[in-house]
Amino acid sequence: MLEHLELFFKSIFIDNMVFAVFLGMCSYLAVSKKVSTAVGLGAAVIFVLAVTVPLNWLLDQYLLQDGALAWLGPEYADYNLSFLSFIMFIATIATMVQLVEIVVEKFSPALYNSLGIFLPLIAVNCAILGGSLFMQAREIPSLGLALNYGISSGIGWFLAILAIAAIREKIRYSNVPPPLRGLGITFIITGLMGIGFQSFGGMLTGDNEPPEGTDNTTVEKSKEEKEINEEIDSDDKAVSYNEVLNK
Amino acid sequence: MALLSKKDANLILDPLADNNPITIQVLGICSALAITAELKASLVMAISVIFVMGIGNIVISLLRNVIPSKIRIIAQLIVVATLVIVVDQVLKAFAYELSKTLSVFVGLIITNCIIMGRFEAFALGNGVWRSFLDGIGNALGYGVILVIIGFFRELLGSGTLFGIPVLGDPIAKTGLYSIGYENNGFMIIPPAALIVVGIIIWVQRSRNKALIEEA
Repeated sequence: MLEHLELFFKSIFIDNMVFAVFLGMCSYLAVSKKVSTAVGLGAAVIFVLAVTVPLNWLLDQYLLQDGALAWLGPEYADYNLSFLSFIMFIATIATMVQLVEIVVEKFSPALYNSLGIFLPLIAVNCAILGGSLFMQAREIPSLGLALNYGISSGIGWFLAILAIAAIREKIRYSNVPPPLRGLGITFIITGLMGIGFQSFGGMLTGDNEPPEGTDNTTVEKSKEEKEINEEIDSDDKAVSYNEVLNK
Repeated sequence: MALLSKKDANLILDPLADNNPITIQVLGICSALAITAELKASLVMAISVIFVMGIGNIVISLLRNVIPSKIRIIAQLIVVATLVIVVDQVLKAFAYELSKTLSVFVGLIITNCIIMGRFEAFALGNGVWRSFLDGIGNALGYGVILVIIGFFRELLGSGTLFGIPVLGDPIAKTGLYSIGYENNGFMIIPPAALIVVGIIIWVQRSRNKALIEEA
């Protein structure tokens, strides 16, 4: 249970997809002009990550890793197909995205209409492939943890795009130097937010601490995080109310 | 440039400045920023992308009449993934240390938006030679920005270039350090890359007012 909690907060705040490793920056910059579209894309990313990371974990475990084919029989135990992992992962992601698109269109047209245009884009979102590759590189030990990793890094990405969309809606009323308008200022704000997120690095102190100590700090800190999140959420709401009022 | 007609030369020269993939088209930022703390890694990344884009654009351009448009994204991803596996295996064989530094970011060339973007926008509709030039041009534009970021981050952050100290020795206090200069550790952390890109955009758009956004 503890390792789940630790991985959850670690992937949201410390190894945040956007602020720590810059994944999914293209769609992060392109689709963050309005909070409502940002929410749609963010939700789609969480969903697809939650599906593809566990699937790719299974692929990695039973097909690609060194000796993973041992379950076929002892004569296959020496095979190491890990050089194929890029092509296998991206094929899984592309097919899953198409499948998810078809299924969602059939069973939930309302959800399809809100996510619709973003789903095909997601196949080439680096955050999705990055999720699977980091899952492989960090050697996540179990299927449950892989699912957890997919969902929580998706939530981290969601938070990041939500925050930048809210800031960009606000910044329209500020007097930014013309050459920086639009893209330039977004980069700089993201950089500053990234520096802020670096401070979460002190949240989990790593494996060297005794388990009891890490237990307490994790729980206490996580409460603080929740409060901060609620603050961020209420800020976003305030922004969208302003928008409505202005209209 | 006698080899190339003026139109063809523009395919290479445009993306270097006024139509730069990173600062103007906002493509391919994903895998670009995390590895630019060192100049060497930036250069290797740039060369890898030039290779993948040049060959990839040729292949897609050759196949453009064969690929059914419904499954073209998957077909493109498979072509890029194959090329990236080649790059990854070569790096692992000849520059193992560097491939450790680049870690998953070599794999992430697959989802580099420049590559998919150029396939979609150019290689699917143009001949082989022009597609090749377009690929090389855009990859060069990407590489130039990467090398600029890498240059400043390594110089200001660690006082070295390609790992060779150029500003003197920070511990023995020689060179610049003897007059009180200190390395800026801030440039090493990942978010600094974003701020450097922001400043590059600022400089570029101040020099060319046509590029300024309205919003």
